[in-house]
Amino acid sequence: MSAVTPDQVHDDHHHHGPTGLMRWITTTNHKDIGTMYLIFSFIMFLSGGVMALTIRAELFQPGMQIVQPEFFNQLTTMHGLVMVFGAIMPAFVGFANWMLPLMIGASDMAFARMNNWSFWLLPVAAILLIGSFFVPGGATAAGWTLYAPLSVQMGMGMDLTIFAVHIMGISSIMGAINIVVTVLNMRAPGMTMMKMPLFCWTWLITAYLLIAVMPVLAGAVTMILTDRHFGTSFFNAAGGGDPVLYQHVFWFFGHPEVYIMILPAFGIVSEIIPTFARKPLFGYASMVYATASIAVLSFVVWAHHMFTTGMPAATQLFFMYATMLIAVPTGVKVFNWVATMWRGSMTFETPMLWATGFIFVFTMGGFTGLICAIAPIDIQVQDTYYVVAHFHYVLVAGSLFALFAGAYYWLPKWTGVMYSEFIGKLHFWCSIIFFNITFFPMHFLGLAGMPRRIPDYALQFADFNALASIGAFGFGLSQLIFIVAVVKCVRGEGKKAAASPWEDAQGLEWTVPSPAPHHTFEIPPVVK
Amino acid sequence: MNAQAKDNRRLLVRLGIAAVAMFGFGFALVPFYEAICQVTGLRNILQPDVVENTQVDPTRQLTIELDANTHDLAWRFRPTQNTVDVHPGQLVEITYEVTNTRDVPITGQAVPSYGPQLAGDYFKKLNCFCFEKQTLAAGETRVMPVLFVVDPKLPNDVHTITLSYTFFEVEGTQAQQTAPGGRS
Repeated sequence: MSAVTPDQVHDDHHHHGPTGLMRWITTTNHKDIGTMYLIFSFIMFLSGGVMALTIRAELFQPGMQIVQPEFFNQLTTMHGLVMVFGAIMPAFVGFANWMLPLMIGASDMAFARMNNWSFWLLPVAAILLIGSFFVPGGATAAGWTLYAPLSVQMGMGMDLTIFAVHIMGISSIMGAINIVVTVLNMRAPGMTMMKMPLFCWTWLITAYLLIAVMPVLAGAVTMILTDRHFGTSFFNAAGGGDPVLYQHVFWFFGHPEVYIMILPAFGIVSEIIPTFARKPLFGYASMVYATASIAVLSFVVWAHHMFTTGMPAATQLFFMYATMLIAVPTGVKVFNWVATMWRGSMTFETPMLWATGFIFVFTMGGFTGLICAIAPIDIQVQDTYYVVAHFHYVLVAGSLFALFAGAYYWLPKWTGVMYSEFIGKLHFWCSIIFFNITFFPMHFLGLAGMPRRIPDYALQFADFNALASIGAFGFGLSQLIFIVAVVKCVRGEGKKAAASPWEDAQGLEWTVPSPAPHHTFEIPPVVK
Repeated sequence: MNAQAKDNRRLLVRLGIAAVAMFGFGFALVPFYEAICQVTGLRNILQPDVVENTQVDPTRQLTIELDANTHDLAWRFRPTQNTVDVHPGQLVEITYEVTNTRDVPITGQAVPSYGPQLAGDYFKKLNCFCFEKQTLAAGETRVMPVLFVVDPKLPNDVHTITLSYTFFEVEGTQAQQTAPGGRS
């Protein structure tokens, strides 16, 4: 660390500490760290978005126009890795950092310094990941799942990716441990577990999932690393290994991972719907149990990603039925949200629009998920654009839309200024329309047999691809509206926000002034 | 406050141990997977197949095309005949010839594959050089047999089966072989 000046030695209040850049590097304040997580994830979101738009530009017309096939493969791989590990996951951790202590009446996260470290590992990982484009051979092109044997054969970009995954994994695990300890040990007096806002519950369960599966991913990529450089044969058939083993280990991580990316989104939506329906959340306890059952079930469905690897029929049936079972707790959640809205005095401010849009579009993604769960159909649509459409419906319209809903919902608390309702609504309507223009045609492309991860395609797919590319550019550009909305708030252009800017918002976060002061709840509030 | 810091630390240690244990669990999946494959017989490519039906069907004739490849390995590897005509159920022996063209001993492992893929289920090998690693001395040439039966239950639309072997160098062998001598 840099020099400590004499007047700082006597000062134990962080906000009197270093200023400028050093304030952000050394901060242990959960709000500062939350802000950094959110900014970091948005930058990664834009980088992943540029990769996606390059992919869509290439796919605008059949034939090769813009990029080489090798680079195209690198783009699809890095787009997935950047969005999953760089954008969606850190964004949710940013929300957790900002909101969890405010929601449970704690003064900060349990381990403030570890919190700082878990954030600052991320830029290092991002530099390794993005930097791998510039090494000889380019970035890894094995797909974001990094399947062996391809990942064992890639150039040195693969090694950088492996280290980036290690570092991001350590960051996530530390963040998750911090969240579990904060939620379990730091609640204000009277804040019992079943009184916690649902966002705290979903994040608590997500944090347990992270602790359970991120190390498994670290193990899987370590095995690739030793296969590549240290003569082991985990995935090398000639040495007695098996590439299918990699898929099992990866998806043992990978399926809980998709719930890691959606459970906090469920939490955010469960905060927003009751506020704007002006009714308490319908079926709070069932929401908690549904979240927990989704988490438990996520450990026994991984092989539904592998129906075409030649599993015995009995195994396929088991994973098929287990996967369909997950629709039950998820359905409980969707019905609870709808029941919360039922006969509520609903208004559609921007957060509510995003949350309602989330329910509508996420449910469509859920249904295509059920279709993919059916083994005989999955064997048909495996590795086609149908799957691409499915997971973008749940990850973009699910996780990302919930993130935007939460961002608009808590922006007044973060900045002390109301965002422009017009800009927020414009952002929402542009996003949901262009989102569907982009991804809905992909269902048809997939059903017609267009394979994913291929830079060229047969002529009969041209029209839908052109449509999807137009939608993608519209969707990408729409996200710039969000920057305008946030920058206006940060610069104080807009109405000053009250402590509780929403008419009927519940929760401790609305009892502190807006913007939330640097230190809150130093004397724990008492919850009745 | 101090008691809480202690509680927090205890939980931190427990969760940290859980994370480390899960890292180990990832590696524990490897022997677990191998055990499951062994019990269910999913991946027994290194063992002879069991032949249940040796009733020769003389009315049907199949062409077996033989193919040989090496993967990053300085061996000359070829079948001694290109094709062989067989009846389903008939016991047939074919041979492959392999030469180590390097001046150091090398260990390799052959992995079979079949075209069409489904023929693999009906191509029963009673003896094969692919069941074990082959170590060839510098410049050594070896003729290796494959003893097989094609199951008469093979679907009727299959008239030709391609049997293709690829020899891989077993990772690390070369390093071990050259390490003592390569110290200079």
